[in-house]
Amino acid sequence: MNGYVTMIIFVVAYLVLAPLVGGFLAGLDRKITARMQGRVGPPVLQPFYDVGKLFEKEAITVNKVQDFYVLCFFIFVLATGAFFFAGLNLLLVIFTLTLASVFLIVAAFSSNSPYAQVGAERELLQMMAYEPMVLLTAIGFYLFAGSFDTSAIFNLSGMPFFYLIGIFVGFVFILTIKFRKSPFDLSMSHHAHQELVKGLVTEFSGKTLGLIEIAHWYENIFLLGFVFLFFCNGTWWGYLIGVVVCLATYFLEILIDNSFARMKWQVAINSAWIVALCVGIGNLFILKFLLMV
Amino acid sequence: MGTIFFLILFPTIVAILLLVLKADAARDVVVTIACIAIAAGSIFLAVQYFTKGTQFFDFESHAVNMTMMVIEIILAIIIVVLAIKYKKILAAVFAIIQTPLVCWFELTKGHDIEVANNLYFDRLSMIMVLIIGIVGSLICLYALGYMKDFQHHNVGAPDRRPWFFFLLFIFLAAMTGLVTSNNLIWMYFFWEITSLCSFLLIGYNGLFHSKENEDKVATNNAFRALIMNLGGGLGFAVAIVYLGTYGGTIELNKLLAMGNASQVAVIVAAFLAFAGITKAAQMPFNSWLLGAMVAPTPTSALLHSSTMVKAGVFLIIKLAPVLNGNYAGFMTMMVGGITFLLASFAAISQSNGKRVLAYSTIANLGLIVVCGGIGTAGAVWAGTMLIIFHAVTKSLLFLCVGTAEHNVGSRDIEDLDGLFGKMPRLAMFVMIGIAGMFLAPFGMLISKWASMVAFINAPSMFGFENILLIGIICFGSAATAFYWTKWLGKMAAVVAGTENIQKNVHRSEWTAQGTLVVLTVVICLLFPFISSKVIVPYLNEAFGGISDLAISSTNMIIMCIMVAVLLLLIVFFFGRTNKKIVNIYLSGVNEGDNLQFEDAFKAPKALALRNWYMESYFGEKKMNMIGDILSSVAIVYVLGMIIAFVIGGIGGGM
Amino acid sequence: MAYVTKSPWVIHYDGSSCNGCDIEVLACLTPMYDVERFGIINTGNPKHADVFLVTGSVNEQNKEVVKQIYEQMPEPKAVVAIGICACNGGIFKECYNIQGGVDTVIPVDCYVPGCAARPEAIIDGVVAGLGVLAAKREAMAKGGSIPAPEAPAEEGKEEA
Repeated sequence: MNGYVTMIIFVVAYLVLAPLVGGFLAGLDRKITARMQGRVGPPVLQPFYDVGKLFEKEAITVNKVQDFYVLCFFIFVLATGAFFFAGLNLLLVIFTLTLASVFLIVAAFSSNSPYAQVGAERELLQMMAYEPMVLLTAIGFYLFAGSFDTSAIFNLSGMPFFYLIGIFVGFVFILTIKFRKSPFDLSMSHHAHQELVKGLVTEFSGKTLGLIEIAHWYENIFLLGFVFLFFCNGTWWGYLIGVVVCLATYFLEILIDNSFARMKWQVAINSAWIVALCVGIGNLFILKFLLMV
Repeated sequence: MGTIFFLILFPTIVAILLLVLKADAARDVVVTIACIAIAAGSIFLAVQYFTKGTQFFDFESHAVNMTMMVIEIILAIIIVVLAIKYKKILAAVFAIIQTPLVCWFELTKGHDIEVANNLYFDRLSMIMVLIIGIVGSLICLYALGYMKDFQHHNVGAPDRRPWFFFLLFIFLAAMTGLVTSNNLIWMYFFWEITSLCSFLLIGYNGLFHSKENEDKVATNNAFRALIMNLGGGLGFAVAIVYLGTYGGTIELNKLLAMGNASQVAVIVAAFLAFAGITKAAQMPFNSWLLGAMVAPTPTSALLHSSTMVKAGVFLIIKLAPVLNGNYAGFMTMMVGGITFLLASFAAISQSNGKRVLAYSTIANLGLIVVCGGIGTAGAVWAGTMLIIFHAVTKSLLFLCVGTAEHNVGSRDIEDLDGLFGKMPRLAMFVMIGIAGMFLAPFGMLISKWASMVAFINAPSMFGFENILLIGIICFGSAATAFYWTKWLGKMAAVVAGTENIQKNVHRSEWTAQGTLVVLTVVICLLFPFISSKVIVPYLNEAFGGISDLAISSTNMIIMCIMVAVLLLLIVFFFGRTNKKIVNIYLSGVNEGDNLQFEDAFKAPKALALRNWYMESYFGEKKMNMIGDILSSVAIVYVLGMIIAFVIGGIGGGM
Repeated sequence: MAYVTKSPWVIHYDGSSCNGCDIEVLACLTPMYDVERFGIINTGNPKHADVFLVTGSVNEQNKEVVKQIYEQMPEPKAVVAIGICACNGGIFKECYNIQGGVDTVIPVDCYVPGCAARPEAIIDGVVAGLGVLAAKREAMAKGGSIPAPEAPAEEGKEEA
């Protein structure tokens, strides 16, 4: 019974706090980015103002079905995080995330707009680029912990990080894609790149766009949760290290974002797959032999 | 046992009846009634033995054996004659080697082997019989409408529909026989019939036509299929002879009982797995299934979903207990894994809808073959689930592409642009089918999940192959998501100014597709039940139990809830909006119809959107070449070793 | 208070001009002026934009484009004409292909004169546009729709 209560507390906390923390982190991101560029930058609460504004805009859409897909995207992104923080199976979490991403891509496709469609194709390519590494991460955890359940990994006695260093590096690498940071912000960017107008989200406006923005905050928190998982060892200092590393990772992504120009899609898929092959599968081999010895 | 005979004999009688019926109306009636009867028969059979577990039937009749042999000889003669007529000598060579081999064995050594049980029925057979009976007959039903259009589109071609329907029903009969035979010689008989039927179906537009009407490609592809399958059949024949000579039995259950450590069993299993690999169109034998696309769509649907290739994976899944942890299993899982990965990649480069489906079939069969090759209870659970979900979903997709082809005039995915406007219902069906093939709460993904877990947990022979297979499934899944989603996007695209043309679709086509859509969803909701009541009991018998399921019951329930949530979302929110509908953004030069923009000379220009195919990465030729080489190495290595061992053994023994 | 004043996203379009004002608009985004301080982001997409910055005059080629971009912006929205060319055609006014200022095709809320307009002036103009946005938002919140702006005069150039 106690387990269920904790589970519900975690899920509710995630659903309530994630957008707040995620929005705050996004604001921090913009502030730090501005400082890196020698600017003052917007207020830290700017992302909330933006979303507030989007919800005030006139309701328009390009067809009757697009909003449905976006709604599904939103719901399943929330479900992904909720499953994760409820301590459920990592593979279930990953597959739900894929479902959500596919809904967003289909939403963009449904508009039949060239910019949205090219954005959708690129998003799809990014998905293909990061998916193997995400799956390998889950498998790495399984080999180490003997369970896919995040609740089991959360309460481990050893720190997964030491056995999964390669996988950790690979995961941080693909986080650049997931956070939509340069050099891999191919499908849409938070900056004023106008190569593809706004790529994936070109045809979304107002509330729909606001919903996507909030979903991204949820998604970012959930992804940082993945990073956190590498440092869980059942003690308070393990959790502390986890939080610190999450913040450091987030900062690293901002730094990468500001140090690189956007690259071609070939670079995204080549590098992501090579990383997954080398450090991901390599790490699994080593772990397997360590476990056999 | 009576019901099994009914399911074998009734379709045969119907087939012969259809061969003589020439009138459309009469054929409609007969096929419809036969389809209902076969589906009902298979459900009745399932219900009849649902609680009983594995049943063996000792039905013993010398007459049946002799009839089979006579038919086999006649078929061999037909093959030889056709092969000579069309100058495909290799087919004749295979037929001349294997039929006399089996007949010689049957008349000499086989004569002394006591066969206790010729037929059996267990829960795996139950699943197969249901797939054949329900999905197979739905395809036959669909073929009614489709073939009318087909005849209409091919003016001047002789009406050979009686022949077509004859073959379809013979196919169903042979498949039922195949999955219920315990006597390997019987199984081999049905196995060869399915090979021959598929040969004749693929060659529907080529064989027996006059010179000017002949579709040369159809003839060639038909012979390619025949040659490859006869090659597999030869493996089957060798397996029977070896098993009869050194194992003293020709019964499937006795072979399985020998276990995975018995030398005889491993050798026999390797040859049988080889036969399964050819039939399941694994690399390097995948080209026959791609070539099968020249045939009318119901043929492809039948070959891909409920029959033919499923016979191959059925045999491998059935053999799983003797493939576990030995060289035969190693060969099987390597071939399956290589095929899964490279066929998934190759599918990305295809724009022809049917070819995408074909590569996806090959890839999924690859995954099932891996599961069989690993041969643990968990892997077989995943493989069986894959068989079920794949049969239903893939047949749905094939039937949809067939209908789209007849009404839009192309099977190219790029030409299906705007299907959502032209044929909304069909587009929805395709979308459900695609979602069923790779998305989260649906069937194929559940099985993929289970196979992933099974791969990690499998005991490994060399210590590395698990990780290799894990890598393969991770990258393969990423590619799978890519090619399905880009097709899904095309289907979802709302193109302005399209006219609804779906009223031209035949009723029998809608019936078949609608039923399959319902099945796709219902199976997703019922799969925990299928797992606990059908597959787990089967595994208990075959493996002495399954320690724990890859997917816990909590997760199964969550999946079911997700399906339900998705359905509710669709019912309540799909296509409803009170927002103002505006034009898409075309840099300020949208002509106002969302289809054209104004160019620099102020002239309207049509807008065209095309998908990505990534030819330089995943070109079909390159993928096939790599796959053929790698899988050939695996097969040649293991089979070569075994043949050397056998020859050494025979030499030493003598 | 409306959020729109705290997060005005702009889209800029350059008509017939020497590009001077266009470059000054971009100068506003540089660290020197850093308009992101006010939540201003340059989007390339009318569907995301709240403020339409037009530099340069309107000619026969681009008048439909300006109109369409304006129409594709969701309400509440404001238009700021930047530079003398955008205000009334400026130096190009008498050219054979020029229709005139931006207000000959779409309603303009703020005029920022100058040749080229200075970044400080542009920022002022946008801030003035925020008042318009706030008023429009209020009207929307109260009565639903916004009264359609009066159609700009199509003729004018032909006579000249």
